[in-house]
Amino acid sequence: MRLYAVVAAGGFRRYATYRVATVAGVFTNTVFGFIMAYTYIALWDERPHLGGYDMSQALTYVWLGQALLMTCAMMGGGFEDELMERIRTGDIAVDLYRPADLQLWWLAGDLGRAAFHLLGRGIVPMVLGALAFDLALPGSPWTWLAFLVSVALGVVVSFGVRFLVALSAFWLMDGAGAMQIAWLAGLFFSGMLLPLNLFPGVLGDVARALPWSSLLQVPADVFLGTYEGWDLAGAYAFQAGWALALLLAGRLLQSVATRRVVVQGG
Amino acid sequence: MAEVREERVVAAVPETPFGERSRLVEGVRAYGLIVAMWLRSTMAYRASFVMTAVGNFVATGFDFVTIMLMFAHVDVLGGFTLQEVALLYGASATAFGLSDLVLGSMDRLGRRVRDGTLDTLLVRPVPVLAQVAADRFALRRLGRITQGLLVLGYALLALDIAWTPLKVVMLPLMVLSGAAIFGAVFVVGAAFQFYAQDASEVQNAFTYGGTTLLQYPPSVFAKDLVRGVTFVVPLAFVSWLPALYVLGRDYPLDLPRWVAFLPPLVAVGCWVIAGLAWRTGLRAYRSTGS
Amino acid sequence: MDDMDFIELDGVEKVFDVRRRTGFMRRERREVRAVDGISFRVPRGEMVGYIGPNGAGKSTTIKMLTGILTPSGGRLRVAGIDPSRERTKLAHRIGVVFGQRTTLWWDLPLRDSYRLMHRMYRIPDSRFRENLDRCVELLDLGPLLEVPVRQLSLGQRMRGDIAAALLHDPEVLYLDEPTIGLDVVSKAKVRGFLRDLNAERSTTVLLTTHDLTDIEQLCKRVMVIDHGRLVYDGALAGLHEVGESERTLVVDLERELPPIELGSEPSVRVVKVEGPRQWLAFPAAASAAPLVARIAADYPLVDLSVREPDIESVIARMYVSDSAH
Repeated sequence: MRLYAVVAAGGFRRYATYRVATVAGVFTNTVFGFIMAYTYIALWDERPHLGGYDMSQALTYVWLGQALLMTCAMMGGGFEDELMERIRTGDIAVDLYRPADLQLWWLAGDLGRAAFHLLGRGIVPMVLGALAFDLALPGSPWTWLAFLVSVALGVVVSFGVRFLVALSAFWLMDGAGAMQIAWLAGLFFSGMLLPLNLFPGVLGDVARALPWSSLLQVPADVFLGTYEGWDLAGAYAFQAGWALALLLAGRLLQSVATRRVVVQGG
Repeated sequence: MAEVREERVVAAVPETPFGERSRLVEGVRAYGLIVAMWLRSTMAYRASFVMTAVGNFVATGFDFVTIMLMFAHVDVLGGFTLQEVALLYGASATAFGLSDLVLGSMDRLGRRVRDGTLDTLLVRPVPVLAQVAADRFALRRLGRITQGLLVLGYALLALDIAWTPLKVVMLPLMVLSGAAIFGAVFVVGAAFQFYAQDASEVQNAFTYGGTTLLQYPPSVFAKDLVRGVTFVVPLAFVSWLPALYVLGRDYPLDLPRWVAFLPPLVAVGCWVIAGLAWRTGLRAYRSTGS
Repeated sequence: MDDMDFIELDGVEKVFDVRRRTGFMRRERREVRAVDGISFRVPRGEMVGYIGPNGAGKSTTIKMLTGILTPSGGRLRVAGIDPSRERTKLAHRIGVVFGQRTTLWWDLPLRDSYRLMHRMYRIPDSRFRENLDRCVELLDLGPLLEVPVRQLSLGQRMRGDIAAALLHDPEVLYLDEPTIGLDVVSKAKVRGFLRDLNAERSTTVLLTTHDLTDIEQLCKRVMVIDHGRLVYDGALAGLHEVGESERTLVVDLERELPPIELGSEPSVRVVKVEGPRQWLAFPAAASAAPLVARIAADYPLVDLSVREPDIESVIARMYVSDSAH
């Protein structure tokens, strides 16, 4: 356990060293926040209370999306590039002989990264958004806490997906292409482009049931106070269920891949 | 050995000093050579290429699906119909897709500066810009262009436009000048990375952010934002103004009608600035080595 | 330019402005003179070693000679060309090998990189084929041509890089640490190849290295740089004299004994004792034979070996004696 805490702290520090990158990222998040906020204003002007959100809730949703974009790695940008590079170059063989579990090792590092991104890339865009627009911020500290728990679960789900995609590099020539497809799909099904409760009919039902909804839609709804009591427990259970399923699938794929590496002799 | 040396002088070292024109020709030639090499290697894994190109097509298409989902709830957005927005979207996505295909690798410059591999490009006899731009040429980016062209095609079929010869000319003019303007943004963004190696994300705000902005009608956005993308970073000339001309709609900011014909000039202006920025950045790199 | 002044440096300087973060928002600016007034000449066809400790200014010099970096002062010419002003013109006439990073395309087979060089440098077809065949044969590249560069071992990649730098018949070859990290066999192969290249084509070679054996086997002339200044320029043998360097005699005695004393030899001293093994330092220029004879006469000697000074210690000592003046 101590080892993984150290790895997580390392993940945090590693991203914290790139100050210029953080500032650049905050700038980009803010630009996107403004662009999306205006399109949402146009949309909610036409149809107030669309998807059950009022205007300020819709705008809050936009800025939450910008705040969580990096934290939940909806566009990738975490450990997966490195893991794929290690698979591609064969360095992965070395990792397999480490006295640590491959999956937990990368998960710990990714949690550290997410913690930094929540602080470094999340807070400033949210504050700027709140200054420029009228946002619906929760009054109760419990809602904030409930939101953080939901974000943490979202990060694990996101990790689970990206770990699977990264392992595909064992079989695919162009891992970068697979990654790009995964993150663009993630962007859409997390509700980053449009809240999932605006998705009509079956598409909406499917989108809300997919793991990516744990990355933004669920935490945002927790933040906006949609879930209370047992509903909140249900939302957590949904996220935790996907987290567990994806982690297990990752382990399975990892063991298949490992066998492959061993057979090839590294 | 004397023979060899003589041959080299004739064949390998152009005796004329490199003027601007020949540098451009050299650059385009080198770009073509490097791209051809990447294409050959892409085609060696045809299945992988087809899969990622189709994936790129579908994934970039989510942007338009989002707009369609919005229009499932409303009839007009900012006073524009779905077909009109589709024209704006198609023009911007195609223009951006083209520049992304040609220059999308430029955002790796910061990484090259950091790990020192930029030096290996500086010892070759061809312009560095061409080498950076052609590096890892990704043909799968055709997916975005295809998707943009399809949406553009849909808009042109669905809209009832009073066509004039000028409007017909405007379509290719818009897409090509738009691609050139976006391309200049890619180059300026890369030049900025000579100074801030980790700032490749700033570029995304103008490239990906720019194309997202242009997919919606200007009436949606605050006046100051529209002013900014008209007069400061002239993205409005990529698709907004020419597309509004084709649609016969009013321009933002009470601009005169003829501004729709400015994109080629704006593109040239942007490239002059981009060229200067690139030179300044490269010169700074060569004097500081970092 | 005549052939005697093929590479010319006159008082070349490179000054960097280093900004260092000292507090949350405070920055400190400092001037670093990476190369501080270096002058030398290299005639066509010579093979020169350019050595010095890490951070001495070796790579900076190479970068100025290739046109990557613009000098801050002084005059610099390679084959009559000012590298920083006519970088692309010079590129046709020089070959560069960076030991630490490859100039090859990482994801593509070696052959693709060569094919691209062929076109990029506008090498006539017959010359290209001839040069490639020769490199493939002498550097054993045949089985590697279809392998992506990233899958090559360090030694294989280095050989691939050297071939890439020579396809366009460069008149000068710069090698920055060409044998770093290579195994003994690869090192020998690379050295042999460079020697032949220099002998047969009279290619001028300037190489930086940490490995004194590279210099011993390849270069008659060696230049030493430290703190941005040229502190030695001459034959390798002379370097030991100037550096007043010492060799080490490692002696294994029959049993543990107090440090060996040779009263009449003040220049010999024991530097380390470990059980029955003792280390004695003596001037590099002196012969080891009389010393061994004396020790054998007075002490129960079991085994012995002589260690040559490594490059770092030679330079370190030279710098000490230099600043003492």
